[in-house]
Amino acid sequence: MPLATLTQIHGISQNEYSKHGLTKEKLREMLHMMLLIRRFEEKVEELFLVKGLLIGPSHLYLGQEAIATGAIMALENDDQTVTTYRGHGHALAKGVPAKLCMAELFGKSTGNCKGLGGSMHIGIYPKVGSLYATAIVGSGIPIAAGVALGLKLKKSKNIVATFFGDGAVNTGEFHEGVNLIAVWKLPALVFCENNQYGMSTHVKRAVSSPSIAERGRSYGMDTMVVDGNDVISVYVATKAAAEKAREHSLPTFLECLTYKMKGHGVYDKGDYRPKDEVAKWLERDPILVFKKRLLEGRFLAQTEIDQEERVVQQEIEDSVAFALEGSPISFDEMKKYVYAGGT
Amino acid sequence: MRELTYADALREALREEMIRDSNVVLLGEEIGVFNGVYKVTRGLLDEFGAERVMDTPISEAAITGAAVGLALVGMRPVAEIMYMDFLPICMDQLVTQAAKMRFMSGGQLKVPMVLRTQYSLGRQHGAQHSQFTPSWFLQVPGLKVALPATPHDAKGLLKSAIRDENPVLFIESGLLYKTKGPVPEEEYTIPFGTADIKRKGDDVTIVGVSRCVGESLSAAKKLEEKGVSVEVVDIRTLQPLDLGTIIESVKRTARLVIVSDDVKTGGVGAEISAAVTENAFDYLDAPVVRVACPETPIPFSPPLEQMYMPSADRIIQAVARIVE
Repeated sequence: MPLATLTQIHGISQNEYSKHGLTKEKLREMLHMMLLIRRFEEKVEELFLVKGLLIGPSHLYLGQEAIATGAIMALENDDQTVTTYRGHGHALAKGVPAKLCMAELFGKSTGNCKGLGGSMHIGIYPKVGSLYATAIVGSGIPIAAGVALGLKLKKSKNIVATFFGDGAVNTGEFHEGVNLIAVWKLPALVFCENNQYGMSTHVKRAVSSPSIAERGRSYGMDTMVVDGNDVISVYVATKAAAEKAREHSLPTFLECLTYKMKGHGVYDKGDYRPKDEVAKWLERDPILVFKKRLLEGRFLAQTEIDQEERVVQQEIEDSVAFALEGSPISFDEMKKYVYAGGT
Repeated sequence: MRELTYADALREALREEMIRDSNVVLLGEEIGVFNGVYKVTRGLLDEFGAERVMDTPISEAAITGAAVGLALVGMRPVAEIMYMDFLPICMDQLVTQAAKMRFMSGGQLKVPMVLRTQYSLGRQHGAQHSQFTPSWFLQVPGLKVALPATPHDAKGLLKSAIRDENPVLFIESGLLYKTKGPVPEEEYTIPFGTADIKRKGDDVTIVGVSRCVGESLSAAKKLEEKGVSVEVVDIRTLQPLDLGTIIESVKRTARLVIVSDDVKTGGVGAEISAAVTENAFDYLDAPVVRVACPETPIPFSPPLEQMYMPSADRIIQAVARIVE
């Protein structure tokens, strides 16, 4: 059996955009989504730290917007996602309305999980294929294996994409799940968003292998190392991997290299990170990188970018207003959701 | 009525439900080519093919997680975990994922899956292949738990478990697989949350759990010879627990003994005792007594293991303490 492949995806050239279906509209849609996630997370941070209106853990997706956006925009609408507690970005990209996400953060009945899930589970909205979001590190991978198996058994053309961080790759569930996906050749895309830190622990202090990608490959899965701060790279890589999963039921492991702009959770300042390292990565802020590309490639004008900013800003303000209006479900109603079909 | 073994009754339930609903699939270690370690899945691979009877790697967390994922997209997986001792490896998927999904999604998700497992106390399997720890799962709202004591109940409860919209932990007794009992030919199911009075009596109520139902019935027979009339109640499901039937019985007998194969401290008996005391204290004429296992790991040595397990003799001694 030939060794699984290991490929690097770091950008495409100007003349390849049309080949990949990256029209002006598509690119603008990507920008919109990246901005929506960024402004949503900035608003959440403000609601926690400045206004004190939100409490509990919340793990922001700041700096990783290119991954959820590029990956999920390369999927079909009915494809399924399994994400984590750092899942606001995936939820928004998969189409969970921002106002439902915001209401969920406020614990209101108007949230997508009726306020019973909270920040760590706003990626649960099966209506749009945002199937599940787990708060236990590594646990989404075996579940994604089952989802992919179910889709395969049902002869569906849909696939599953699962997302997790570098912190997950040392858990048992990661290894059991990735092995099952590989040995059963399941239609799954396995995204490791390597943002360099599991809480405060740098990936080099936690992972024994030369790279996380090596681990995916060692399970016999074709593997890509992707510039996770470049939405185009993520999009192109995912498109190729998705086709392989859809047409041939072959999984792909994608290590997306990125960086958490802030700390682990909203209260963590992340001051254990070297300043020069932070500065270096902030120069590669995925939104700066993308805006620059759009302008230099003459895909969008500055006025169009500004207009997207305004539209997104309004959507965020509306979502906060919507969240504030709602109220929590009653204590009695809550008890109805323990079991399906009563009892 | 025809008689089947406990294992064959379970097998018949699986087979009938697989015929009835093409979304029912089985997965687990050694369930296919090897026909199941206890032959519960014998012949099912040949009959239904490898897409519906799936041998897995030794990956209990992934087996359980895969069952969860299958259930989320509309399948009805029945996963097998070979020994109950392996459940701690699946605890995250069973307890923290499957059982909470309905709730924390605000009713958007449902997880119709069954996790079958068995405990081998009494089969000289030692400390790591014999444990019976059902009370752990009393702390898990969202999960249902069944523990059949007879071939009849095994079949009827398993069929209900497979049709249930919720995750069900289905705990079998390894010692019972070869025991025989009447099983109707015609279709039937047993609803969860219905205890069964296995024997009528007036002087004392014995609540039995899984294998200990049979042990309690043996004790009841011997006690009858001594003039003590024993009622034996089989809970059949622990979650939901049919407290009503237990309390009705206690109201008549005024005495309660609870028999189970778990460690006494914090076990199933503790919960039932507390619930009865809370709800029917005025009807009790004697303290509630538990017959269970001592606070040690399970010994391998066969004579020690025999002493470790609840037996008809120990039940008789317990009854003697509260019946004049």
